[in-house]
Amino acid sequence: MSAFDPKIVAFCCDQSGYPAADMVGTLKLKLPKNVEIVRVPCAGRIETIYLLKALEKGADGVLVFACHEENCQFLRGNLRAKGRLSYAHRLLEKIGLEKERLEICNLATNNGVKLADTIRQKAEQLKKMGPNPSAEKT
Amino acid sequence: MIKAEQKPIDELLKFLDPYNKILLSGCGACVTVCHAGGEKEVELLASGLRMARQKIEKKIEVLEATPTRQCEPEFALELTESIKKVEAVLSIACGVGVQTLVRHFPQIAIFPGVNTTFLGETITHGVWEERCQACGNCVLEKTGGICPISRCAKQLLNGPCGGSSKGKCEIKKEADCAWQLIYDRLKTLNQLYKMEEIIPAKRWGVESRDSGLRRIVREDLKV
Repeated sequence: MSAFDPKIVAFCCDQSGYPAADMVGTLKLKLPKNVEIVRVPCAGRIETIYLLKALEKGADGVLVFACHEENCQFLRGNLRAKGRLSYAHRLLEKIGLEKERLEICNLATNNGVKLADTIRQKAEQLKKMGPNPSAEKT
Repeated sequence: MIKAEQKPIDELLKFLDPYNKILLSGCGACVTVCHAGGEKEVELLASGLRMARQKIEKKIEVLEATPTRQCEPEFALELTESIKKVEAVLSIACGVGVQTLVRHFPQIAIFPGVNTTFLGETITHGVWEERCQACGNCVLEKTGGICPISRCAKQLLNGPCGGSSKGKCEIKKEADCAWQLIYDRLKTLNQLYKMEEIIPAKRWGVESRDSGLRRIVREDLKV
């Protein structure tokens, strides 16, 4: 039986998550397989539909790496992302999908270790949950 | 504008259970403004429906469309070709939009995806409040521009009831008493004498909904 490597899409804010992901490389930290980093100018740029589409098109989990609250360069981008996640969570619950498949993590540019840990923990959690049953079969 | 709220997705899934290919139609007007049935909501709901059905291994194909105004025949008819390709339509326009589709496409099942709630105003982002009940004979000139029909729980026309307390309504504690608002407004305008004018009882059975279906005909505009 082949091991299940959950596919994770990680949306990374250019102000925090993306530099942190860059630091993961600099520090040569290991990340699970099947992680796709998506660079966005601000977490506020992530529309709710991006989160749902990621799950619909095959991701087992989606992470949003945003700046700490009250620390957004565009003032409220991280709060907008938080609001959109809560809308998506309610929708996932209604259709019977675990809301843990979708999570936001607030961090700073120098938090490469935190980013790697969060992705590793999410991968472990998703392994226990199993593949996303709502993902489009190709 | 008309305000609406999306029906719970589990309720919609029950409507759509027998169908495998549907059209999800939003509307580019009022329900876009209140984030219940615009282009974005069409995308989100379509994605939610597809995922829900994929989960139970009963795939559904969802075509998406958002006519500029679903309640106008010329825009509703833009859906003709899409409707030919599907088994049912889920409309997240208001009740008017749904019925416009029903009138023009009588051969196909059409389901409502939102609850049309009221005619209201945007208070701030994400908050809407009722302002008009389309009663058919506006009294705003007598009440300083504050509507006692939509904003007073008892629709009183000549002053507050005994339940008005500290400017709040006894029926809905969080709501302002409409007659307190009217008094404050008339005082600001130096028109408090208007409070003494008796507003006659509304003729609900003549000018309003109680007389049955209302219709406006403008002969000069007919073609």
